[in-house]
Amino acid sequence: MKKIAFGLTTVALSLAAATAQAGEVEVLHWWTSGGEAAAINVLKEEMVGAGHTWKDFAVAGGGGESAMTVLKSRAISGNPPSAAQIKGPTIQEWGDLGFLTNLNDVAVAGEWDVILPQVVSDVMKYDGNYVAAPVNVHRVNWMWANPEVFRKSGASIPTTWDQFIVEAKKIKAAGFTPLAHGGQAWQDATLFEAIALSKGSQFYSSAFIGMSDKALRSQDMVDVFDTFKQMREFVDPGFSGRDWNIATSMVINGDAAMQIMGDWAKGEFTAAGKKAGVDYVCYPAPGTSGAFTFNIDSLAMFKVSGAEKQAAQKDLARLILEPKFQETFNLNKGSIPTRLNMPRDQFDSCAHASMDAFLASSTTGSLVPSMAHGMAVNSMVQGAIFDVVTNFFNDESMTSQEAVDKLARAVKASM
Amino acid sequence: MNTKAANSGSGQTQSGRPARRSLADWMPKIVMAPTMIITLVCIYGYMIWTAVLSFTGSRMLPSYNFVGFEQYERLFNNDRWIVALTNLGVFGGLFIAICLFLGVTLAVFLDQKIRAEGAIRTIYLYPMAISFIVTGTAWKWLLNPTNGLEKMMVDFGFVNFKFDWLINPDMVVYCLVIAAVWQASGFVMALFLAGLRGVDGDLIKAAHLDGASTFTTYRRIILPSLKPVFFSALVILSHIAIKSFDLVAALTNGGPGYSSDLPANFMYTYTFTRSQIGLGSASAMVMLGCVLAILVPYLYSELRGERHA
Repeated sequence: MKKIAFGLTTVALSLAAATAQAGEVEVLHWWTSGGEAAAINVLKEEMVGAGHTWKDFAVAGGGGESAMTVLKSRAISGNPPSAAQIKGPTIQEWGDLGFLTNLNDVAVAGEWDVILPQVVSDVMKYDGNYVAAPVNVHRVNWMWANPEVFRKSGASIPTTWDQFIVEAKKIKAAGFTPLAHGGQAWQDATLFEAIALSKGSQFYSSAFIGMSDKALRSQDMVDVFDTFKQMREFVDPGFSGRDWNIATSMVINGDAAMQIMGDWAKGEFTAAGKKAGVDYVCYPAPGTSGAFTFNIDSLAMFKVSGAEKQAAQKDLARLILEPKFQETFNLNKGSIPTRLNMPRDQFDSCAHASMDAFLASSTTGSLVPSMAHGMAVNSMVQGAIFDVVTNFFNDESMTSQEAVDKLARAVKASM
Repeated sequence: MNTKAANSGSGQTQSGRPARRSLADWMPKIVMAPTMIITLVCIYGYMIWTAVLSFTGSRMLPSYNFVGFEQYERLFNNDRWIVALTNLGVFGGLFIAICLFLGVTLAVFLDQKIRAEGAIRTIYLYPMAISFIVTGTAWKWLLNPTNGLEKMMVDFGFVNFKFDWLINPDMVVYCLVIAAVWQASGFVMALFLAGLRGVDGDLIKAAHLDGASTFTTYRRIILPSLKPVFFSALVILSHIAIKSFDLVAALTNGGPGYSSDLPANFMYTYTFTRSQIGLGSASAMVMLGCVLAILVPYLYSELRGERHA
């Protein structure tokens, strides 16, 4: 509460005093919930330690929608903040509009090309130049399970989707909800992309990054929709519109067996006082153990005027990739550092598994951006895919073939 | 109007000097001017801007590369928009019809000089004091099959009771109707009750003397004389229906899938979360068209009536 109040006061003050101070960075973000606010506070302290002023510009709510609206109006009026929480292909959209500054000198000095996997650095670049700094990596293709429920229903943890269906039937027969799920478009898409990834990262990439018509209309895609529809019978009737953290609490309370959700779900388990490996277990989503769908938060740097402001901005970019910030921020946020080969003794077992998969998949090409979390395609294509996926999941009469057709047409129309 | 007449009247009697009088004449206009300018710019100005944007290819930020009617073409080729528009038809039609029916019925019953009328009136009118967000959230819980009405009936022993409209894509729009009717029918009742109280008592007595039953009196004499109230209620209800956004946002969030989307939700999603300002503006213009289609005939009949009187 205090932090929010503080954030609001700073916003109010920053609006009142429009005059710029020396060495100041203004950071627009929506890390406002408990753990997140603590995480971003680390960066603030480091910036203050480096002799700069930090102007917090937190806009809460709506998964960043309100923040983006504020950012657009600030950018149009010619007064963008130094840095803003923007991710994935949206960075390219801002780059196209010519708002982003060049960070190449910081990147060369910090050897960003070496410490970041190439798929990650590609996201941070516009036109071959670094324009944004990554703060964390979330793995999306996780499955969270309650071992107690599995024991009670005599089921075992599934590693393929076919096995998932077999085990889920046992769990359902034992009177539990096999799959904790919330009927919101992005959650439907999270489940859907996990199933699609089990068909191989090659297929995933050509469908959701390359948006190839051939992959979108392939037999594999029909199979993905078939499996996806079968999940419908493993969720409870009250799933419609449920928030993801309520679904997580069903797993925590032992009402449901599994949830397919990114590693931010860990925060809910931790907050409920549960221990990884004992009260809950984390496995890669069925059939995707070698692969890694990433959701990377990043701060994109805007063109600002004034040498001091620019120097502060460069310092901000540098500090973000420093091991100290990467470690503290990600311990607070539940994600893993974007830097490869960091000391890892502070992190828990799920994070270790995440790091191993991140490192391994970055060399095999199975490290892919998450479509459901706006890393793979721009918001228009993403919205079109969401519409088809969520409609299919809820419409009992739509066949997989029809869905594939709709998907291919919708993606084409929004490109 | 009355205030203005009184002001200028008193100005005349107090001084009689032309300068004072003209200042007093101008005063209301000067006081009204800022409001007028704000209204012109912020409502009509932005309306025109939206109209302009709907003919451009604007995506994340407004741009002015004009593309003609392309956004409207895309709009009407968009499945989700068709769903939203169909929903508006179903939701709006049922919402207005049921509200009017319930409102009139309640008003007529309350008009029978019953005891505790004031208390009952307040109870029926009270939902109007609640925002649609609260209504939506409360009905979301009531209609949710795992913890609402269905669960209660099952717990009471009706094991086969099933009421899952909220999660059924074909029925979910009727959930919106239920919640909206609950909220607005009391208001319609209040409107009609006020109208009923304004009906000349002698007329009713005369009808009774002529041997008309109470039902016939209402049907043939009282309700037809309430035509203006009926029109006001219709206009208010239809604009509530067209601009409905918060109810959907709280009750279903457009789901399951996007089966309970209304045009306002479509507009918001496309303009603000999917970076398609052009398409969003086009949908806003279609909504404006719907409002005008109802308002223009109404205003026309109102203004014509005034001239005749």
